Amino acid sequence: MKIDWTRNETLVALVILAFCLLGAASDPSFLSIATLTDLLRGGIVLGIFAVAAMLVLISGGIDVSFTAVAAFTMYVTAVVLNAAMPWMPWWGALGFGMVVGACLGAINGILIAGFGLPTLIVTLGTLSIFRGFMLTFIGQRQITTLPPGMREFGRMMLIRGENADGSFYNLHAAFLVTLLVVALTWFILQRTMLGRQIYAIGGSVESARRIGINVRGVQFFVYVYVGILAGLAGVIHSSMARVANPFDLVGLELSVIAAVVLGGARLAGGHGTLTGTVLGVTLIVLVRNSLVVLGIPATWQSVTIGALILLGTGLPAWQAKRAASRSAA
Amino acid sequence: MTQHSQGFFSRLMSSPEGRLAVICVAVFVLMAALSPDRFLSTQNMTSMAFQFPEFAILALAMTVTMLTGGIDLSVVGIANLTAIVAAMILTGATGSGDGTLLVMGAMAASLAVGMVAGLFNGLLVAKLGLPPILATLGTGLIFTGFAIALTGGSAIMGLPPAVAWIGNSTTFGIPTPLVLFVLLAVATSLVLTRTSFGVKLRMYGANPLAARFAAMDIDGMLIRVYVASGALAAIAGMVVMSRANSAKADYGSSYLLLAVLIAVLGGVNPYGGYGKIIGVVLAVLSMQFLSSGLNMIGVSNFARELIWGSLLIFVMIVNTRAARTR
Repeated sequence: MKIDWTRNETLVALVILAFCLLGAASDPSFLSIATLTDLLRGGIVLGIFAVAAMLVLISGGIDVSFTAVAAFTMYVTAVVLNAAMPWMPWWGALGFGMVVGACLGAINGILIAGFGLPTLIVTLGTLSIFRGFMLTFIGQRQITTLPPGMREFGRMMLIRGENADGSFYNLHAAFLVTLLVVALTWFILQRTMLGRQIYAIGGSVESARRIGINVRGVQFFVYVYVGILAGLAGVIHSSMARVANPFDLVGLELSVIAAVVLGGARLAGGHGTLTGTVLGVTLIVLVRNSLVVLGIPATWQSVTIGALILLGTGLPAWQAKRAASRSAA
Repeated sequence: MTQHSQGFFSRLMSSPEGRLAVICVAVFVLMAALSPDRFLSTQNMTSMAFQFPEFAILALAMTVTMLTGGIDLSVVGIANLTAIVAAMILTGATGSGDGTLLVMGAMAASLAVGMVAGLFNGLLVAKLGLPPILATLGTGLIFTGFAIALTGGSAIMGLPPAVAWIGNSTTFGIPTPLVLFVLLAVATSLVLTRTSFGVKLRMYGANPLAARFAAMDIDGMLIRVYVASGALAAIAGMVVMSRANSAKADYGSSYLLLAVLIAVLGGVNPYGGYGKIIGVVLAVLSMQFLSSGLNMIGVSNFARELIWGSLLIFVMIVNTRAARTR
């Protein structure tokens, strides 16, 4: 297979590889199952968020409200199930979260597809609205006794084990959900007409409209789907944390978008791959979890992530600029 | 007479700024009617005048970059970093005199840091061609990271009393932060409307390609825009530092989205080319009247967020409707 050095994916994969080699060189215990399970666990919620953010970027928009959708959904799910439906099994809780998320996503969808408002402004507004509504009318206190279904889901593990030094490692079953989300999204994007239409709209709305694509319908689908994913991620987050804290999650949105862009999705729309997104998330989680292994103090974590964003977006931008000036000359 | 006033009103309603002025006055009247003795009290008026300038100045910085079709997500990072640099100078060298000279020196240093940070943003956007939203997202993390690394994440306290002058005193009976904001808003407005730099800036925002074909020095223009944004952010940082009487890496993190929201509410087109400072000022005032008024009738802080978001979307729907029917 020929390696394309100009692609973001290659660049990110190389940085991940270098990071792992350096990590292994400075601490032999870095290459262990515990590091891997930590990495996978860190990627569960972030991974679902990233897939959602990528889908919106591909369609030519930007969504900053998905963290608020997730926080809203997890809190409402915990409150409603506790109060009215404690018998709901774990899959029912996830399903309930998806429905709530879909409704919130539909609000974004109506404003964007129906009224034709700019995506950044709408989602900026709904971010405040969802969060404000939850904190004003539903509650501000964290819920430490989750409904039985969510507690049950929180205890589900795929693998469980003990390290040589006696500490435990485990991998949560929710990892399967993330895998499923990636697989389903891949199928939609690559194997259905709808997926190709999402790319087409991101490339050029006007061209898409002229070849007969129902632009509004596709946009509406994108925001509802993103709402479903965000709701799912919210319920998973609180099940894993064993608490529903309404102040969680909001504030992550720009880091998630950064991870996706690092993986090659473009803000201008029409570009983005799941491989790139997964690599971008991996890199961000790796930096968060194991920067200390490389001897970089935790206080420098955000400097490192910031520098990676500049590097990851700067190199392709610089290459494009050079190519453009060369062709002009 | 009625004919004339009707014409005036429909003219007023035909521009985004006019509609915003109506909203602003309506909010003021509503809040005054709901709690007349408290909302209209001198105490409330001065407390509002102390509260809004810090994020209003950040909104000015955001507006300037948005006019070019960009955005500056690093303003809060710059504000905190510059405040921390100033606070370190102030706490590191106190002991002699009342510190007025020292405060001047620290302010100059923080302004310089803000402009260097802005220059860095400008170079990334202009010379490397990074999308502004990503460039400033990255540098925002870096500036915040430096601020954390410098302080270890804790607040710097024990500033000399002279610092209070910027954020907690009055000049000619008017709160100093308000004076500062008015001066900056007028200056920004003049630069945008009365200089060739301002005209070029909006021209580039409206149509980058045309600006390129008109042989404008786009790189230089963009760099100056981000330097200006950095300088404004540094001033906002000074106000925050003075009002909090301390500096910390994570102060005002909620101000970032608020600044974007105010600029957009003020009628600034986030894709560039259109926006007036008067609109931003009206948006800031509407927000402040709303939050103070709601605070008085016992509405929680979180309901404000809900109402701000709703206001933003309402105004956007009205604006796009109006643009279509014209």
